Amino acid sequence: MTTPILSAKGVTKRFGGRVACRGVNFDLWPGEVLGIVGESGSGKTTLLNCLAGRLIPDEGHVAYETASAGTVDVHRLPEARRRLLARTEWGFVHQDAREGLRMGASAGANIGERLMAIGARHYGDIRRTASDWLTRVEIGLDRLDDRPAAYSGGMRQRLQIARNLVSNPRLVFMDEPTGGLDVSVQARLLDLLRGLVDSFHLSAVLVTHDLGVARLLTHRLMVMHGGDIVETGLTDQMLDDPQHAYTQMLVASILPV
Amino acid sequence: MPLVLRVQALNKSFIMHAQGDLSLPVLRDVALDVAPGECLALVGPSGAGKSTLLRSLFGNYRPQSGSIRVRHRTNWVELVGAEPRVTLDVRRHTMGFVSQFLRVIPRVATIDVVAEPMLRLGASPEEARRRAEFLLGILGIPDRLWSLPPATFSGGEQQRVNIARSLIAEYPVLLLDEPTASLDAANRDSVIDLIRARRKAGAAIVGIFHDVAVRDALATRLYPVDLPGAPA
Repeated sequence: MTTPILSAKGVTKRFGGRVACRGVNFDLWPGEVLGIVGESGSGKTTLLNCLAGRLIPDEGHVAYETASAGTVDVHRLPEARRRLLARTEWGFVHQDAREGLRMGASAGANIGERLMAIGARHYGDIRRTASDWLTRVEIGLDRLDDRPAAYSGGMRQRLQIARNLVSNPRLVFMDEPTGGLDVSVQARLLDLLRGLVDSFHLSAVLVTHDLGVARLLTHRLMVMHGGDIVETGLTDQMLDDPQHAYTQMLVASILPV
Repeated sequence: MPLVLRVQALNKSFIMHAQGDLSLPVLRDVALDVAPGECLALVGPSGAGKSTLLRSLFGNYRPQSGSIRVRHRTNWVELVGAEPRVTLDVRRHTMGFVSQFLRVIPRVATIDVVAEPMLRLGASPEEARRRAEFLLGILGIPDRLWSLPPATFSGGEQQRVNIARSLIAEYPVLLLDEPTASLDAANRDSVIDLIRARRKAGAAIVGIFHDVAVRDALATRLYPVDLPGAPA
């Protein structure tokens, strides 16, 4: 079969004496959406940041299979090369859209910037692509020249997704992409993400504490507890037949609707 | 006779860590074979482990030991302990599951819910849509509902949407958990016809049918299931 697009071996990160994540191993295969679940403080976001090269782990390494230049060690790439990768082959969707957007620039510019980073120069083309993407994430074209500061939380999050996907990335990291949104706004975003992941055959690593979000978006899960991965498996296996004591507790804590 | 599904020495217990690691043995040394064109009906009292067995066959529940092998494309694939992507590939191409309840995806239209498995197998959108419309029609879902998400449909309508979704890909192996539980007589008969047509076309079927008339109409063989240690 093919090779994994992302491969983590023994990834450990400490802050002072505290271990945030310990000895994490996994392979992400092309087209797979992997969820990292666990409660706040379990080390999910730290792990995600290590995987995406935003933090340097104390031990272990992360290998990424590039589109055309073979496998690279994410943390040994020169900074400029890693930034280029992050802008072209990767996306990173933050929980707080303000971290992923330029709040002072228009929505169109937020999308266009990513296109220019990968070499687009023709103004008309850039604006057309930006408009296409706004439509795809269900934002009215009359809002193209507005700044995200004037957008609602749900719209900002959709704009952040458009900004990330416009460059046609192969791998997307998402940190609680639906956190802090109203339930109805969440449902719309989830449906949108699900469609985009499917139609672009994206690989993704998604951090969430919401098992409903995990059920809908991910193929498989890693459950984190106190910095350790305590259980892994297909998403439906983990939610319907949890085996580890902590996973059983998490699943039993879901509120019925 | 060639087989498509072979289960040997299958054991499954549920271990409840919140109850002092209480262990509930459900399947012990289960063995069964299913050939194309067969429909095996799991029979036994409520709570005997029929659904546990069916869910284990689908890779939804994880047995502690034993073997579940399925003929996938041209190879035999072991599902006990399989890697997630292996199980997913088997589900995409070989094995369909009809549960009693539809897990609704917010905002997705019924027609797209039904067409999705066929699209994933590489069918064109038009072809998948046509087939989805055909199945929804046979199953008596009025066409004015096709563009709506099934979230607000009645239990019986949701179940029929679920059946259409599970039959559209024409899987060689079908697992059915009470496929007619909340249907009226006319709809039940259409479901029986569709499933029987799949069986005659060579699908291997394992099912739980509470309704004796449905079981008689579909099953070619009965397979008794009971809890380990229960009186025979």
